[in-house]
Amino acid sequence: MGDLTRKTAVELAELMSSGQAGSAEITQAHLDRIAATDEAVHAFLYVDTDGALAQAKAIDERRAAGEQLGPLAGVPLALKDVLTQKDVPTTAGSKILEGWKPPYDATLVARLKAAGIVILGKTNMDEFAMGSSTENSAYGPTRNPWDLTKIPGGSGGGSSASLAAWQAPLAIGTDTGGSIRQPGAVTGTVGVKPTYGGTSRYGLIALASSLDTPGPCARTVLDAALLHEVIAGHDPLDSTSIDQPVPPVVEAARRGSVEGLRIGVVKELGGEGYQSGVEARFREAVELLTKLGAEVTEVSCPHFQYGLPAYYLILPSEASSNLAKFDAMRFGLRVGDDGELSAEEVMAKTREAGFGAEVKRRIMLGTYALSSGYYDAYYGQAQKVRTLIQRDFEKAYEQVDVLVSPSTPTTAFGIGERIDDPLAMYKNDLCTIPSNLAGNAAASFPCGLADEDGLPVGFHVMAPVMKDERLYAVGAALEAALAEQWGGVLMTKAPELEVAGR
Amino acid sequence: MTAAVVDIDTALEQYDPVMGLEVHVELNTNSKMFCGCPTTFGAEPNTQVCPTCLGLPGSLPVLNAAALESAIRIGLALNCEIAEWCRFARKNYFYPDMPKNYQISQYDEPIAYNGWTEVVVDGETYRIDIERAHMEEDTGKSLHVGGATGRIHGASHSLVDYNRAGIPLIEIVTKPIVVPGDKAAAVAKAYVGMLRDLLRALGVSDVRMEQGSLRCDANLSLKPRGASELGTRTETKNVNSLRSVERAVTYEITRQAAVLSSGGRVTQETRHWHEDTGITTPGRGKEQAEDYRYFPEPDLLPLAPSREWVEELRATLPEPPATRRTRLQAGWGFTDLEMRDVVNAGAQELIEQTVALGTSPAAAKKWWLGELARAANDAGAELDDLGVGPEQVAAVQKLVDDGALNDKLARQVFDGLVNGEGTPEQIISARGLALVSDDTALSEAVDRAIAANPDVVEKIRAGKGAAVGALIGAVMKEFRGQADAARVRELVEDKLSS
Amino acid sequence: MSSITRDEVAHLARLARIELTDAELDHLAPQLDLIIGWVAQVSDVAAADIPPTSHSLPLTNVMRPDENRDCLTPEAALAGAPAAEEQRFRVPRILTEEA
Repeated sequence: MGDLTRKTAVELAELMSSGQAGSAEITQAHLDRIAATDEAVHAFLYVDTDGALAQAKAIDERRAAGEQLGPLAGVPLALKDVLTQKDVPTTAGSKILEGWKPPYDATLVARLKAAGIVILGKTNMDEFAMGSSTENSAYGPTRNPWDLTKIPGGSGGGSSASLAAWQAPLAIGTDTGGSIRQPGAVTGTVGVKPTYGGTSRYGLIALASSLDTPGPCARTVLDAALLHEVIAGHDPLDSTSIDQPVPPVVEAARRGSVEGLRIGVVKELGGEGYQSGVEARFREAVELLTKLGAEVTEVSCPHFQYGLPAYYLILPSEASSNLAKFDAMRFGLRVGDDGELSAEEVMAKTREAGFGAEVKRRIMLGTYALSSGYYDAYYGQAQKVRTLIQRDFEKAYEQVDVLVSPSTPTTAFGIGERIDDPLAMYKNDLCTIPSNLAGNAAASFPCGLADEDGLPVGFHVMAPVMKDERLYAVGAALEAALAEQWGGVLMTKAPELEVAGR
Repeated sequence: MTAAVVDIDTALEQYDPVMGLEVHVELNTNSKMFCGCPTTFGAEPNTQVCPTCLGLPGSLPVLNAAALESAIRIGLALNCEIAEWCRFARKNYFYPDMPKNYQISQYDEPIAYNGWTEVVVDGETYRIDIERAHMEEDTGKSLHVGGATGRIHGASHSLVDYNRAGIPLIEIVTKPIVVPGDKAAAVAKAYVGMLRDLLRALGVSDVRMEQGSLRCDANLSLKPRGASELGTRTETKNVNSLRSVERAVTYEITRQAAVLSSGGRVTQETRHWHEDTGITTPGRGKEQAEDYRYFPEPDLLPLAPSREWVEELRATLPEPPATRRTRLQAGWGFTDLEMRDVVNAGAQELIEQTVALGTSPAAAKKWWLGELARAANDAGAELDDLGVGPEQVAAVQKLVDDGALNDKLARQVFDGLVNGEGTPEQIISARGLALVSDDTALSEAVDRAIAANPDVVEKIRAGKGAAVGALIGAVMKEFRGQADAARVRELVEDKLSS
Repeated sequence: MSSITRDEVAHLARLARIELTDAELDHLAPQLDLIIGWVAQVSDVAAADIPPTSHSLPLTNVMRPDENRDCLTPEAALAGAPAAEEQRFRVPRILTEEA
């Protein structure tokens, strides 16, 4: 049977349905792996040992009783700590929510439970999902399992690192400007941002309401597709949820064909500022897809470059409002309530103590952009850039079926390297942001290692709204072709982590 | 410390008031504006809350379709245009009773706008233009603990109940109301009263000002008579009854006039009306105008009510107030002057409901505008708040019609009803108000009166019919007025004609 | 347009109810100035005739029927409260009158 933590979700499901292993055994193996590696990696903020084992046991009992279970029942998963899980500590990577246990499950979490998926625990993230490196977590950074001195990406670095450290075969992330795709790229794993509205935001601690999208993360394309199917679909508790059938992502992942697919390479996403190793792997992947039957052309999206500044106006504006609820009155941290200070003062002291530097910075920025007198100049203008980017996409999709680019300009940078330069940090999101602004589906798939540093490079695919299956078609085709070259998925080339103790 | 005031007539000689009235209506939907929590009044604290109306992290709003429907119907009833496309907006400010520290409201895209309505005061019709009507959510309620009066001042802490957070509200805003100064206060009162009746007729709210389901904020500024430039306005809150509307407007006119006349400037501020002392005082703690940083609510999608749907809703509206008034007046046969009195007293609907129970319009008017209006005035209350309903008025009049009571006794029954002494029957019994209609008793009394007054009998037999009155009077005196005077006359005439 | 002063940052901090330290105010002003200067480039392309997009989905009229859903129990609602009294959320004394 081999090491259970090296299996894909599909393989684990097969072991369970054929009776060779139970969920309890599989879950325990992953909990052991976490215990052995997480001091070094710090992917998890909370490991729900008892809860996970209880879930696993329950699944095994139901299977033994002859119940028909879903395709991922009993498979363990790491959950980004930005989604509410009832009675389990949920912090969004912030001190202001330290110890908070939500009284309700996010819809997405309820669907995971209903599918019998075992939630191992909550993963680390940049505070309130603001960041591209997980260095903004109030609980310390997560380290990239490929090189522990490097960032695992952000804001969902914990989820992608848990996959790359073999701590879980599945993970959930959320993507507002690239927070699933960029960590996926720098850790050699698959990260998908579904169409905005394709996955429910009810229970997702909001950053930028018009951009936030929960999505599946895994080491293989098919695993991600299966998870995508579990979590996606209409939710009446979320007004922005799309009331249409989930796109046929699993079917596309299984078929993995790009025959006749028209691929557009975005001219503006490449060149200066992009690491040569990243560009090399990207071009090779494009050539590979051509050999597999795709038709590749170059496409210009002239307004994409304005996506970054527009994003850094829209996001802080919405976030400054979304984060106002953290005020020490109903939940979370309360500082300074000595019986003398007023509610207003306690709010201000609590938010000062509970929010980190990046969060404060963005709240200030957003408050400024929405201020009377400034709205038209900043927020109002940024919303127009959104229209322009949508039009770029629409125009492009008249000629091609998907757009592609590198996922990030560089491979994983060093922990501490960019933390003091916010603008430099923001530029990580160049390639990923346009899809968030337009609401399109997008994903990052591993496409190799950069020559300079041996670190993973991500291949970024963008598809029109509700055409998520095209992502999986490209991803699966690429994965199969590259697996031939590598003898397996990219993760099999990762260096072994030192395991603690025993 | 009471602010100086100038008397109202002097004030109105020098200044013209300009008013703006903002009325908030709590809708009577089953669930809240953006979540499925129940809306029943008076529940135990924090038993009608969920992640959404508590503003917990991760929660999201979903619009209540019935609230939108009510909003559109209110807009139509106020002759507004209904937006073809509009959005919600976030109004951002921090306050402990506001769970998200922003209120979901509508900013520059209200669901209804550019309407008008009319009110009648002393027989004159005044048109009031409506700026807008929009949807928003209500806040929680705070108990301030430790201070002397239960208000914020001096409190050591507060206790917050979020049951009412998220209750659907419609805010109706007038354009500046410019009417003759001496009518301003009455027009303001009439407007709120008319709105109340309209909303009740629409069935969208129970519009109980004393319970807070209808709230009025009065904006007022003064300008020197004949001037065109508007003065600085104040906003007065805590105006909790129709009477308060009138009194608060009058007071603010006199207060602002005093300020201006002494060479001062009116401060733009929010003020608080005190019903007990009859003054407004400045609100606390507002140093600068708030910057609400409005932006379109990203968690809710735009609204685009189809014109077909709007017309369907228009067909569900009750008859417009002016049409109704004309129809009722014609049906009742009242003169214009009589109808004016009815409207002024706020008795139109009460009379209508009484008539619907079988009372004649004249009788209904007599009681509502007579006995009951007097009682209301004495109590400093509105007719609605007396605690006497159309059913009781109809019941009392029926007793009169049946001969169980006469007018004088009926008035005493009403006195008992106003004092809450029970049902008409209970009051009659307890106070011994029943009319004697027992013929034998009456007959015997008549015989006694005839026997005791031979000279009167002489006069009657001599042809002085009016002298009958003295015999009737004697019988009535014996029964302390509780005899059916008409029957007594009949008996007297019968006995003397033989 | 892009010169944001320390005083302005202090004003923003008041609006956002965050008690920034002096050091933070010193630090943030130039940072915000830089970022605002950079994001201002959106004006380069945002011409007057371009309509703004507030929602990327072309949906409208999303609503729910006027029905009741289960509430939280008061215990669950108050479980995370920093302070509670008489089944209510206890908060420090409030200075400003309700808006």
